[in-house]
Amino acid sequence: MDWTAIDLTLRLAALTTVVLVLIGLPLGYWLARSTWRWKFLVEAVVALPLVLPPTVLGFYLLMAIGPRSPVGQLYEAVTGQLLPFSFQGLLLASVLYSLPFAVRPFAAAFAGVDWRLVEASWCLGKSRLQTFLRIVVPLARAGLLTGIVLSFAHTVGEFGVVLMVGGNIPGVTRTVSVSIYDEVQALNYAAAGETALFLLGLSFAVLCVTYALQRRVVVL
Amino acid sequence: MSADLRADFEKRFAGGPVIRAHLVRPTDAFSVTVLFGPSGSGKTTILRCLAGLERPDAGWIRWGEEAWFDAAQGIFLPPQRRGAGYLFQDYALFPHMRVAGNIRYGLTPLPRAERRRRVAELLDLLQLKGLEQRYPKQLSGGQQQRVALARALARRPQVLLLDEPLSALDAPTRDQLRRELRPWLVDLKIPTILVTHDRVEALALGDHVVVLDQGRVLQSGPIHEVFGRPGNVAVARILGVDTVEAARVLHVVDGLATVAVGPVHLVALAEGSLKGDVYVCIHAEDVIIEKGAVAATSARNRLDGSIRTLSREGAMVRLGMDCGFPLTALVTKQACEELDLQEGERVTALVKAPAIHLVPRGSHLT
Repeated sequence: MDWTAIDLTLRLAALTTVVLVLIGLPLGYWLARSTWRWKFLVEAVVALPLVLPPTVLGFYLLMAIGPRSPVGQLYEAVTGQLLPFSFQGLLLASVLYSLPFAVRPFAAAFAGVDWRLVEASWCLGKSRLQTFLRIVVPLARAGLLTGIVLSFAHTVGEFGVVLMVGGNIPGVTRTVSVSIYDEVQALNYAAAGETALFLLGLSFAVLCVTYALQRRVVVL
Repeated sequence: MSADLRADFEKRFAGGPVIRAHLVRPTDAFSVTVLFGPSGSGKTTILRCLAGLERPDAGWIRWGEEAWFDAAQGIFLPPQRRGAGYLFQDYALFPHMRVAGNIRYGLTPLPRAERRRRVAELLDLLQLKGLEQRYPKQLSGGQQQRVALARALARRPQVLLLDEPLSALDAPTRDQLRRELRPWLVDLKIPTILVTHDRVEALALGDHVVVLDQGRVLQSGPIHEVFGRPGNVAVARILGVDTVEAARVLHVVDGLATVAVGPVHLVALAEGSLKGDVYVCIHAEDVIIEKGAVAATSARNRLDGSIRTLSREGAMVRLGMDCGFPLTALVTKQACEELDLQEGERVTALVKAPAIHLVPRGSHLT
């Protein structure tokens, strides 16, 4: 079994999830509450990774962060390193690719919170942030948990974007799915099977835990 | 120094009427102001604008010297900073917090001992003891309403805004809370603005009424004055009652109450336990007019009086009479002609006891 790839994949998925929570909570809240007439544009952009082939997304990302792009040049000037084919570049790609899997459940969960409870909290002197943390988040927790698990699971399973942006560097950008693909290409079915079984077991376990937790959350 | 809540603003909704509010109420003296009107009259919108939950499109709202809202100066104080307690129509209790947690929610800046003291005080006042550890959905409607009230009161708001406080309750609970609510408000001495479309609720709870229709203020003034003498037909129609007079219950015997309206005694059905101050409500169409000697009648109330005003309303004629108190009757045009009723003429008004509706007042202002 390719433990280096497994370690890398779990680190990538965990970090991606953290970043997605930080970006996704405010974005999801805004999408749930905003009445801005052009909001659908933002919704469409967020949902793009759901319909685009990973190669297309990967291609544009590669162009956007390459050494000749402004973003790539800025990153190189600040850190002295290149974004493509690095762990950081892979993280950026994962965040964009898994964005809808976090934001959409978050937005749905927030939209399900009775807005009068928020207004009641304001009338009791609580700021918008306090209200968000004490009323909105606890009441939306089932949907928030779904978004977090989906982000993690989706990042663990990504393949096309990783190949396009990350390449196949052991310990840096070679994730589990790429590793399995390599083993199969090398006709190394036993190794591929072991890693695949591990991934299957992990995914199943994570989903079981989530649904079990949610069931209890809902019954409470 | 102005110590009034003064509001003069407009709120527009796409596809709805423009809501224009004009309101002046004292901030330093207790009174219950009722915003009264049919649904769609804009009363809840006005309450939400006062709370800061809705931003008017024009005008201003001032609390004493403090500007809560001023369109011209771009001032909009958020709800957190208005010190208003708001009671939502279906209470909006936080479902993930227990009763004590709900009541305590707005008290976080205070020291722990003070918080505990206030929660205990309110549990006591609103008869919620023993329910502290329950979740909202484990409570009856009446209990939820009291928890919501306790939560709004815990922060000692400078004004209490109640949106249809009794409408979500079943009838028996509503009757009970209607009797209890006013004494609580009187005890707490917090100026209150209340929205309702129920005239019994308005009369039982209010001191001052603002009558609204289609986003406009039609009339405002002391409650029994407005209900007793509506400024025009539109107001009378909205209020849906013709004679409203303050009265005192003298005694109740065999389910019949005798009440004094000025110098006149009336007999009415006593619903529930009645004592002290009440309002007497009589619909004009329930008043029968006789002229000359009256034969034996089953009507319990026989009132001698004179016709003051006589106005035609389609096939009906509305009579304003003085029977020791102002009484309105509605008769057909034919009846009016047959009896040859004229202004200044003496007549006898007959009202059956069940046609006199008594609205108990929890407690009077002194």
